[in-house]
Amino acid sequence: MSTTVKSKSDLMSAVLQAFARLDPRYQVRNPVMFLVWVGSVITTVILTVMLADPGNIIGGGQPVWFVGLICFWLWFTLLFANFAEAMAEGRGKAQADSLKKARRDVPAKKLDKSKNQTVVAATSLRKGDVVRIEAGDVVPADGQVIEGIASVDESAITGESAPVIRESGGDRDAVTGGTRVLSDWVIVRVTADPGESFLDKMIGLVESAKRQKTPNEIALSILLAALTLVFLLATATLLPFSLFSVERAGSGSVITITVLIALLVCLIPTTIGGLLSAIGISGMQRLIRANVIATSGRAVEAAGDINVLLLDKTGTITFGNRQAVEFVPVLNVSAQQLAEAAELSSLADETPEGRSIVALARGQFGLPERKAEDVEATFIPFSAEQRVSGVVINERHIMKGAGDAISGLINLKGGLVPPEAKTAIDDIARKGGTPLMVAEGPKVLGVIHLKDIVKPDIKARLAELRRMGIKSVMITGDNPLTAAAIASEAGVDDFVAQATPETKLKYIRKMQEGGEMVAMVGDGTNDAPALAQSDVAVAMNSGTQAAKEAGNMVDLDSDPTKLIEIVEIGKQLLMTRGALTTFSIANDLAKYFAIIPAAFATTFPALGLLNIMGLSSPQSAILAAVIFNALIIIALIPLALKGVKYRAEPASTLLTRHALIYGLGGIVTPFIGIKIIDMGLTMVGLV
Amino acid sequence: MLFGITPASWLQLALYMLVLTAVAVPLGLYMARVLSGERNLLTPILAPVEKLIYGACNVRPEQEMTWKDYATAVILFSLGGFILLFSLLLAQGSIPPNPQNLPGLTPDLAFNTAVSFVTNTNWQSYGGETTLSYFSQMAGLTVQNFVSAAVGIAVLTALIRGLSRHSSDRLATDKLGNFWVDMVRVNLYILLPLSLILAVLLASQGVIQTLEPYVVAKTLEGADQTIALGPVASQEAIKMLGTNGGGFFNTNSSHPFENPTPFSNFIEMISILIIPAALCFTFGRMIGDKRQGIAIFAAMTLVFVPMTIACIGLEQAGNPHLIAAGADAAGGNMEGKETRFGIANSAIWAAATTAASNGSVNSMHDSFTPLGGAIPMLLMKFGEVIYGGAGSGLYGMLIFVILTVFIAGLMVGRSPEYLGKKIGAFEIKMASIAVLFPSAPVLICTAAAVLTAPGQAGLYNPGPQGFSEALYAFTSAANNNGSAFAGLGANNPFYNSLLGLCMLFGRFFVLLPVLAIAGSLAAKKTVPASAGTLPTHTPLFVVVLIGTIVLVGVLTYAPALALGPVIEHLNMIKG
Repeated sequence: MSTTVKSKSDLMSAVLQAFARLDPRYQVRNPVMFLVWVGSVITTVILTVMLADPGNIIGGGQPVWFVGLICFWLWFTLLFANFAEAMAEGRGKAQADSLKKARRDVPAKKLDKSKNQTVVAATSLRKGDVVRIEAGDVVPADGQVIEGIASVDESAITGESAPVIRESGGDRDAVTGGTRVLSDWVIVRVTADPGESFLDKMIGLVESAKRQKTPNEIALSILLAALTLVFLLATATLLPFSLFSVERAGSGSVITITVLIALLVCLIPTTIGGLLSAIGISGMQRLIRANVIATSGRAVEAAGDINVLLLDKTGTITFGNRQAVEFVPVLNVSAQQLAEAAELSSLADETPEGRSIVALARGQFGLPERKAEDVEATFIPFSAEQRVSGVVINERHIMKGAGDAISGLINLKGGLVPPEAKTAIDDIARKGGTPLMVAEGPKVLGVIHLKDIVKPDIKARLAELRRMGIKSVMITGDNPLTAAAIASEAGVDDFVAQATPETKLKYIRKMQEGGEMVAMVGDGTNDAPALAQSDVAVAMNSGTQAAKEAGNMVDLDSDPTKLIEIVEIGKQLLMTRGALTTFSIANDLAKYFAIIPAAFATTFPALGLLNIMGLSSPQSAILAAVIFNALIIIALIPLALKGVKYRAEPASTLLTRHALIYGLGGIVTPFIGIKIIDMGLTMVGLV
Repeated sequence: MLFGITPASWLQLALYMLVLTAVAVPLGLYMARVLSGERNLLTPILAPVEKLIYGACNVRPEQEMTWKDYATAVILFSLGGFILLFSLLLAQGSIPPNPQNLPGLTPDLAFNTAVSFVTNTNWQSYGGETTLSYFSQMAGLTVQNFVSAAVGIAVLTALIRGLSRHSSDRLATDKLGNFWVDMVRVNLYILLPLSLILAVLLASQGVIQTLEPYVVAKTLEGADQTIALGPVASQEAIKMLGTNGGGFFNTNSSHPFENPTPFSNFIEMISILIIPAALCFTFGRMIGDKRQGIAIFAAMTLVFVPMTIACIGLEQAGNPHLIAAGADAAGGNMEGKETRFGIANSAIWAAATTAASNGSVNSMHDSFTPLGGAIPMLLMKFGEVIYGGAGSGLYGMLIFVILTVFIAGLMVGRSPEYLGKKIGAFEIKMASIAVLFPSAPVLICTAAAVLTAPGQAGLYNPGPQGFSEALYAFTSAANNNGSAFAGLGANNPFYNSLLGLCMLFGRFFVLLPVLAIAGSLAAKKTVPASAGTLPTHTPLFVVVLIGTIVLVGVLTYAPALALGPVIEHLNMIKG
């Protein structure tokens, strides 16, 4: 998706948003930041009173400039957090705007039952309506092509400018509202009511208006709220403790409300609290930038957890087009006889395999060119259930299909499968090829050798998955021998051979019962049940409407290996939250060292020994901690938006690195940061 | 003299840890057999008794409970125990044996004491020999010493079942076992036999066991001196083993009738930690992965040993001003310590008794150096999970493990899971309550104590030391430890009721969330481990777990500690 970055105006609108969101009704959704808001309001009240009457007891003897600066920086802490969120949302704004343009109301040519055409507004279309779309028309609603073929420009959705073919029957029958038909025409049955279309969902996602909290985000929010409560208690009880200490020590002054609020804001996890929603929003946007649309954040998070990935062999592990390379006839049948029968049965077969059989037969034996329409024949299309296709021509009945499928039919017809055919099938399968048996009536003619070509980079990608802890499973309609050969060549961990929609579904259920999280990539209508059963289901945008409905993500690029990227994005999302939480809490140690000696400097001067950073004065120490606390939010916005980098490594290695960077680093960084800010404050002569 | 600690003290500590581990492993494996209902060493003798009890109490052992049923049983049992003990203490004046004719307790003291023993805290606002009759000690306190410890172990067992069971198991998934069966087994097979052995060993060292009235002796000056007696050995054993700690005598285990010899001191110190430590190995065996148990034992030990070393070192260093004035022997801070035991054995005891939620003492913690005394306080503030109470220590620790797994799991980019169980929002909510909320009554009650007149009246020392005394008392109560810093006049309605509430809060606001987590986890599937799974038995995880425990403890209490022990220490070294 092309995003025109108008960085200056983006920044401007994020700043405005940051101010607008100081509204308490907005803040109350986030308990951590709401507490900061309450603290800011209280210090503002104190400041106002002190401005009128500098000696007022409410100030506790603190100078007005100090209270003013604390107040100023508390508000900035809030603004920075708001800004982070607005920034994250702003990045999706441009996308949403361009999508909204595509949604504009267009006229639609609605057909009634007798195919009479009336022009209506697209918004009036409902599920089940039938429309005709011609070259130059904008597709008025999501739908399924029921007649015709057309080239469609889907760049408004996918950002890909090359037009795609949409046609009835088969795996490319889905059209999306907002795209434009470039040539020819199609008749489409509408599949979505207004407001529920794909485009609407996408706009909702990028605008994050409908963003729901994911399970881990909810759990983390609870933990942060509990921590906040404890810190609230620890700071609130300091007032009585301080009263008691002053009374018993007989010297010094009681800790002021301003300092208590400063301490509280420093201690509660504002860093993660302020960035939490920005992390979630930008995670979704990383996904959109990868050209994947997820129907829920839950699915993205689940992607980080999957441990079994089901991949279709064809198109994912191997190149989609298997090539016929050899005809192996049985005894008493010539290669030419076999080739002729094979060519005849493949005339109407528009798959790359079918075309390659026709080409090989003509090339080897010089058969004449002809088209399916030229012959008087009935073609029996391939069905997933029978796994056989064929042709009936002048009482000749030629079938081709997988060895066991043809064998089953031969047996039904009372014929016998000759042993040499079986040998040929096994030979081809063992070499990793796909054997296709050809039979005429009850008699086996021979076997066609289709060669599968494994994609060159797939082995490395599968190895990467294994390092992530994800087991790859190849799904194929091939027989077990062929499947095993390709599986070992590609390096998958397991395979399901002779898969039917039912076996796929069963396999997924079995895995899930064992506690595995299963992801699957699919495009066909027969994939829909398995997609619906999977925990993470990625449908190809080029696929059927049924597949897209069943999946919880749609890949606009229709790239089956995209799942690896999706997994990374899911993991990044969790890692970023975990890392910033650790960092946020680890920061507190240094803040204690800065604030506690400063807060009790008058009562217990000996606590000055804890001022290990050597901060210049109590006021500058407290101020430096508050400023650090605010600035660190700004400093971490890029990390929150970009996400912590994921590497395919064992969990222990990842934990070591992140515990060192964000745990240990989180302890050390504020010591340095607060010291530098303190030096800066001293230098400008502020304190 | 590494860290200023004498070689003898190093040896003492090494021997202690060695014997503790050597006994904990076999005991842990034995307890695992008992708690899973397997055949064990004592089955031939005790199985008929067990059956008899079930028959008499109409318990059907095969009938399992959901977490709510289990929790209800725990609450009813504790409530029943409380009512019984409370009435007994009020009415003790008229129940024999009571040779000293001690009167019934005031209602606030009876409330405090009953809550204290039912919650396995054993905070004592009273002096045993001047307050309680033999009957109250035997039939009241000792009974609760047994059963309150057993409740802790039973709840732990339920949590372990929740972690190890899953939906494909034969057993219904939302069930956690039968509370009554667990109680009977823990008492019959574990606590009673161990107490018997320990009581006999202690008696052999001279710990008394008698129902005779107190003896009156004439001192050399001709004054009358009453020497308190009683059935001490039998109560001493379970007091140590059940992480109870409530002494028969006011001076607890520094009294020669409770703890007469170095050997009795050593076995008492071992028995403070033995059950909590052994339960780690029980856990490992029951979940079918011993490494997990070892990892938790390692985490506890890696906190305990350095803290103990620090405590010994600080006490041996003593108070520089007293040393300069020639008032302190070269041996370090001996104030409030028994010369029979010396610094090392007092410091190890102080660390062990606060690491475990035991609370018995053999020295005066109030007389420790400021930071030396802060160590027992800090060990309690870690939530009593460094070995901790019988059962309650490990279940508290497992809650910390769940929190750690959550954060660490996020950091490796995977929905957090422990032992194959996904940790979701419900578990985090409950774990947050269990880990973070016991600090609430500590802070609030300490604030109330230092602000109000009745609270201030109880503080015997001025300034930071007085503050430490109040902080220590509420920390001890809310974490169900029961050890006292002393120097606090606690036997009055103000402290008795506040401390009692702290004890209830600290017991049930951990125990109930733990059972809720157990119930929720039991119903979850077990995810098989893969390369992306965060292993929880590695040294790395142990380090992260320790970091979490220490950080949570320190961050919650840093301001309070700064105003108490820390400032006192700084004042001391500054002079």
